[in-house]
Amino acid sequence: MGARRQTECEELMTLSTTSTTVNFSAVPDETGRFGPYGGKYVPETLMPALDELEEAYLNARIDKEFMAELAHLQHTYVGRPTPLTYARRLSEELGGAQIYLKREDLAHSGAHKINNALGQALLMKRKMGKTRIVAETGAGQHGVATATAAALLGIGCIVYMGTVDMERQKPNVFRMQLLGTEVRAVDSGSQTLKDAINEAIRDWVTNVETTHYLLGSALGPHPYPAMVRDFQSIIGLEAHSQMQDPAEGGPGRLPDAIVACVGGGSNAIGIFHPFLEEESVRLIGVEAGGHGIEDGAHAARFADPERGRLGVLQGTKSYVLQDSDGQIALTHSISAGLDYASVGPEHAWLRDVGRSEYTYCTDTQTLEGFKALCELEGIIPALESAHAIGYVLELAPQMAKDQVILVNLSGRGDKDLGTVMQTIGGDS
Amino acid sequence: MRGVERIEQVFRNLNKRGAAAFMPYHAMGYPTRQQSLEVIAVLAEAGADLIEFGIPHSDPLADGPTVQTATYSALVGGTTVADCLRMACELRDQGVDTPFCAMSYYNPILAFGEERFANAAAKAGIDGLIVPDLPPGESELLEPACRAAGLATIYMLAPTSTEDRIKSVARHATGFIYLVSVTGITGARDELPPGLPAFVERVRRHTDLPLAVGFGISTGPQAARVSEMVEGVIVGSALVKAAGSDAGVDAVRSLAEELAAGSHGR
Repeated sequence: MGARRQTECEELMTLSTTSTTVNFSAVPDETGRFGPYGGKYVPETLMPALDELEEAYLNARIDKEFMAELAHLQHTYVGRPTPLTYARRLSEELGGAQIYLKREDLAHSGAHKINNALGQALLMKRKMGKTRIVAETGAGQHGVATATAAALLGIGCIVYMGTVDMERQKPNVFRMQLLGTEVRAVDSGSQTLKDAINEAIRDWVTNVETTHYLLGSALGPHPYPAMVRDFQSIIGLEAHSQMQDPAEGGPGRLPDAIVACVGGGSNAIGIFHPFLEEESVRLIGVEAGGHGIEDGAHAARFADPERGRLGVLQGTKSYVLQDSDGQIALTHSISAGLDYASVGPEHAWLRDVGRSEYTYCTDTQTLEGFKALCELEGIIPALESAHAIGYVLELAPQMAKDQVILVNLSGRGDKDLGTVMQTIGGDS
Repeated sequence: MRGVERIEQVFRNLNKRGAAAFMPYHAMGYPTRQQSLEVIAVLAEAGADLIEFGIPHSDPLADGPTVQTATYSALVGGTTVADCLRMACELRDQGVDTPFCAMSYYNPILAFGEERFANAAAKAGIDGLIVPDLPPGESELLEPACRAAGLATIYMLAPTSTEDRIKSVARHATGFIYLVSVTGITGARDELPPGLPAFVERVRRHTDLPLAVGFGISTGPQAARVSEMVEGVIVGSALVKAAGSDAGVDAVRSLAEELAAGSHGR
């Protein structure tokens, strides 16, 4: 517990030794707060749109017809439930805990992002009377998922993407275009995810009467963090029952630890959430350590005691990498999807109350995880997900052979082949 | 006289003359520290009744390309929150007594410390505060800090605002209410939105505070038309663009004079 934790969360810190008393279903409250985090820090123009979205979402959640249509699409279109895979060779190689992979990389369009994109697109179509979607994307996975859902449901779609990210995730740019989406390049600031979100919000402010902003992570103003979490919780719900069912490939018990990468944190919150009440299960989020914390070129909000502080970015209060003057820091990660200065508010809260813990994986460790999964399991993971694997290389040997780790393999790595070949060489 | 009272007095005096306030914005530190000080002095001479003192932020999500570019350049030039307050102080020392409303985003203020910022701003000669990403409901710490320091808390309303939002802003605002003329971001536009009079009318039903309209106004004739509807005319991007042009402060002076004449009904 570092010295930087002396913010408005001191009161909550005392709860960290008694996490059983925390009511996980009480967040967010009606103002969209998770303890001191969350909220609605947006220009006034957007406030009615957020209220309208919240109302539509609350209505959809209890609408049997809507939920049945979503479930049907998840099954027949996305291919859910995604399988659980026992990583036998990786487990044997590491010689410790048994490792299981939740295969979100096998969801249609190649990542967990489709769970939320389809949910929000259907919500817009059935409940909101809007005709146009805007979205941001970093790695391109959320952009592709949104373009996919938009094509499926016949909705016009524009995706904002930083020019740096367009370069490093070229295949995904082309995929979005093939799906009929217009990809708009964002040249401002660091030309990555944060700047794409700024542009998407500016478009939304301008066209709010006709346009829904399909935000891709458990971030942004209320109700997005809660809504995105709920759409992604299907990952954890499926895994919870698969783990306990040998017929589904599970070990017949709950895992001792769940490991997931955390950018905004939607795949992590999606797999964590259904396990919050299972006290025996450690929940571990892995941030992007980039070139290392001391180097400064990273996106590890919780790990940098100097620059990771309570702040407000793009509508929500959370941990934000920033300078002493409150200007948002430039981040670095080998994976575009984790290259972001803030983290979902629920993660900040779960960390404060002692329910989840966070670590980081550098670019180098990530590439080791990437290679290990390719060579030992025949699975090419997304560089985002390879952060979780990179940490498991360290964690599994410290655990006993009869212990179990569940990893959220949030996406597949086809989009990253260019980056990886540049970094480790194509012929090695 | 200072703080919210200085702002109220300006609107009272103009009201007696049947004129609206000319309320220009400038991004401090742009194009350079020295030039931004000159811009403020020129705006005051050219007839500004209240000046929006822009404190740059790295992620200005309510701003269009002109202000984005200017504030980014100011940050690259080393402009800090503390230095912006020092600039306000220097201008007061030079005798500029036009009311100043600091305009920034929430994170730089949060990082500075809300109470500390309110007190330092008041001491520097700032009279009010506008924070576009801090609507009433999220400002439960900053608003009392501003009250205690004597600063006006200015909130925005937009054409999309519901009756409930209008009532809430009317309850929390002091000094004046900032009406965003269009759904969108800052930046010059050719036409005034046709729905503006009806929007102003909707807000009037809930408040006696002066109303000022901003976003998209860039010419004297536009300012004149807006001055017939409300008590204040806010112009940002067009003046910032002028400040960054080759003609610099001269361009600012001539545009500001035109806008002041339009706002004042001359």
